[in-house]
Amino acid sequence: MALLSKKDAGLLTDPLTDNNPITVQVLGICSALAITAELKASIVMALSVMAVLALGNVAISLLRNIIPSKIRIIVQLVVVAALVIIVDLILKAFSYELSKTLSVFVGLIITNCIIMGRFEAFALGNGPWKSFLDGIGNAAGYGLILVIVGFFRELLGSGTLLGFKVLGDPIEKTGLYAIGYENNGFMLLSPMALIVLGIIIWIQRSRNKVLIEEN
Amino acid sequence: MSKKTDNNLYTLVFAVIMVLVVGSVLAFFASSLKPNIDENKRVEKQQNILYALGVNDNDESNANFISSAVAGKKFEKYIKKQIVIQGDNITEDANAYLIDVKQQQTFAKEGKERKLPLFVGEKDGKILYVAPIYGKGLWDAIWGYVAMDENMIIQGAYFDHKGETPGLGANIKQRFFMDDFHGEHLLTDEGEFKGVTVAKGNNDPKNERKSDYKVDAIAGATITGNGVSAMIKSDLQLYVPYFKSLKN
Repeated sequence: MALLSKKDAGLLTDPLTDNNPITVQVLGICSALAITAELKASIVMALSVMAVLALGNVAISLLRNIIPSKIRIIVQLVVVAALVIIVDLILKAFSYELSKTLSVFVGLIITNCIIMGRFEAFALGNGPWKSFLDGIGNAAGYGLILVIVGFFRELLGSGTLLGFKVLGDPIEKTGLYAIGYENNGFMLLSPMALIVLGIIIWIQRSRNKVLIEEN
Repeated sequence: MSKKTDNNLYTLVFAVIMVLVVGSVLAFFASSLKPNIDENKRVEKQQNILYALGVNDNDESNANFISSAVAGKKFEKYIKKQIVIQGDNITEDANAYLIDVKQQQTFAKEGKERKLPLFVGEKDGKILYVAPIYGKGLWDAIWGYVAMDENMIIQGAYFDHKGETPGLGANIKQRFFMDDFHGEHLLTDEGEFKGVTVAKGNNDPKNERKSDYKVDAIAGATITGNGVSAMIKSDLQLYVPYFKSLKN
């Protein structure tokens, strides 16, 4: 047997499909709509959320027996806000360029409902190692959807991927544009992210037997 | 169910201790890292001004500053003079680039005479004038530096933002947007200030019309674009008397 027991491995893989935070639990939709206009931003956001969620889950899990239940949400907010601000300050001092790219995401991470959702639903009731895995797994499930949506929005909206002009140059009319292809500007706006997300949920629900509801 | 942690006194004590601990940890980080952060910001201003002047490490499609290690030296080499315009007074000040434009805008609102910094640089034998601008985008502050020749024709621009939407408004700091400003006129032939508007429906993606006072907007970033137009208009207008005086 490898590194993880079956149960622990499930913590990592369940959020990718059967219990995906975005498409099944419907958490973190706002940031999935806001920052998926390009692939790079999606990847950066996914990695940032992974770091914060894993660390935050461990912190909350360690504190779970001493947190007063009446103010637990406030405690969770304080922990995540403090974590994010400290990371931001350290980046600003030692890796200024990177911090400028990430600073936009800081506010979005703090308000991401996945973070509060996992603290509340998992870290408060489980040990640090399990919570760590749960954090990584859920952030990966979130990131997966972000990257898929970002991929289609950037490709169809701007004709680029990670900034590279994969479909040719729309101004010089090379590549696909030479035969009359046009970028769909609507893909760059948030409503289209919601529609792409809807299509993903549709495909997932029609293929995944666990998710098909009886009626 | 009654647990120790449901007790009111416990809750209160926990909250107080948490605030004290988290507060002091944050204060410790903020104050111990402040010198580094301030230094980074100072160097960044020099890099921004040099970028607008055309001194940068741009590759084919990406905007890159010159490295922060050489920024100080290059700044001394290319920026010949830093002047501060305050009403009719024009003084030289080697630290004019540190003037806080936002603070000066507040002074102007309070009716005080604001300081207008202007950086006179030389690039490829041409004298260029770089002015800072500062305004509001959709979510937060946006700012930039604009390099002009003596006729107020834009020769280079740098824009930056604090928190515009990635992929949309945040693209004002991409080359495809900043480069469009190159060659745009700010003044009409009669010498009246018109500014440059970030316009939808400009229908000029290669930006061939240089004296239409318009550049192409970014799809999905209307409010950020309007912010850019507004700060160009309000801040660069203030320099018109100085440029007129250059001619006489």
